[in-house]
Formats: sequence, C-alpha cells, structure tokens
Amino acid sequence: MEYLTEIWQILLVVLLLMLGYGFGRLAERRHYRTILRREEALGDLIVVCSKTLPEAAGAPATRLVMGSVVVSVDYFKRFVAHLRMLFGGRVHTYESLVDRARREALLRMQAEAKALGATMIFNTRFETSSISKGQDKSVGSVEVLAYGTAVIP
Amino acid sequence: MITSTLEIVPGRTITQHLGIVQGSTVRAKNIGRDIAASLKNIVGGELKGYSELLGESRREAFERMVQQAEAKGANAVLNVRFTTSSVAQGASEILAYGSAVVVE
Repeated sequence: MEYLTEIWQILLVVLLLMLGYGFGRLAERRHYRTILRREEALGDLIVVCSKTLPEAAGAPATRLVMGSVVVSVDYFKRFVAHLRMLFGGRVHTYESLVDRARREALLRMQAEAKALGATMIFNTRFETSSISKGQDKSVGSVEVLAYGTAVIP
Repeated sequence: MITSTLEIVPGRTITQHLGIVQGSTVRAKNIGRDIAASLKNIVGGELKGYSELLGESRREAFERMVQQAEAKGANAVLNVRFTTSSVAQGASEILAYGSAVVVE
C-alpha cells in the first residue's frame, strides 16, 4: 500500500515536469516571438543610459516613463535550477527568464514613450526584484522595472 | 510638475533646491496563495495580476512623492529613482525618491 503512494508521488512530479516543459517552452517561444516583433517595430526609438542630452537636442519636453513586468518560473525551470545548484555553473533556464522579463519591461517603457511622441529615452535604469524571496512553497517569479526620461521634441 | 530621471531640465535653469522628496508604499504579497498564480508557476508565463499590483503600488509611491514636492513648493522633481525592498517576509516596500527643485 505504501509503495503505491510513492509511485503516485513520483508520477505527479513527472507529470508536473512534463507540463512545465511543454507549456513553459511554448510560452517562452511565443513570448520571444512577440518580443522580437515589437523590438523591430520600436527600433527607431533610441534608448540610452547617458544622463546628458546632446546639444543639438535643444530644449525639448521631458517625461518620466516606465514599464514593468512580472514573469513566473515554470516547474521544469525550477527543477533544472535545483539540479544545477548541486554542481554549480550557469543556470540557462533562469537566464532566459530574466532576459525575457528585462526586454519586455524595456518594450513597455518604449511603448509608453512612443505614445507620448518621444524620439529618445535618456538615463534608463533597470530594477530587478524577486517577489517571494526565501519563502518556501510560494510563487517564484521575477519582477523587472525599466524607467527613464522620454525626450519629446 | 516635471518629473525626470535626468539631473537637469533641458533649456531651463534650476533656481532653488528644496531637498529630497520621497513617497513609499508597503504591500503584502501574500496573494501568493492565488490559485491562478500558483498554476502559472507550473506552466510559466506572465503573472498579470502581480504586474498590475506592482504597477499600481509604484504609481501610488510616485504620487506621494509628487504630493510632497508640491507641498514644498517645487515645480519639478529631478533624478527620480525607484527601489524595492522587502520589509518582512511576504511584504515589500516600494520607494520613489528624487530631488525637489524650482525651475524658472
């Protein structure tokens, strides 16, 4: 009787892994596709980190713009990351997660600036935080905020 | 009210510095029990509920900062920064701060 529950538990983990792998990859691929498409569409909006405007810019109007996103990990990513923690090294599954979150936040900021009619964004900054740090059995996710100053000529 | 992450306002001069202004808000994140969010944790993807919640609290912190600047008689807040810190387990603080100035 006891080994039956054990088998059931193992099956559950395998099922969750398969779900995470399947849907997680699907979501990631779909997300990357929209990111690439929108990056192309917003490519003419220049985003820089420098604090000073070029002199040619004159005296344009400026506005603070920001974009943020919360992206969740999936079961498979977390599993792989836990395995990685035994041996150390790069955690590819999380790298793609934060990359996606950061680009998405940047795109949302750019979209806000574009709606204002801006041509450039200056002094752009990123802030990353994890929503549930150190909490067991809680939702694992990463939040990225991108903010900067939109220059409206 | 001009708000910016730059240290200057292009084409205008700063006539007076009024010091640092800040606004913050503390939110509990224990909607982590949310069924939708924990489901998303299996399959991955954006947590729209959390995105909205954080966006909302950030706007609130920002508004409070702007109110404080107005109370000081400023007409611009420059060099605005945002930070997030966890105060206790399950709660996080969102802080917006900047320097209140008067520009002519």
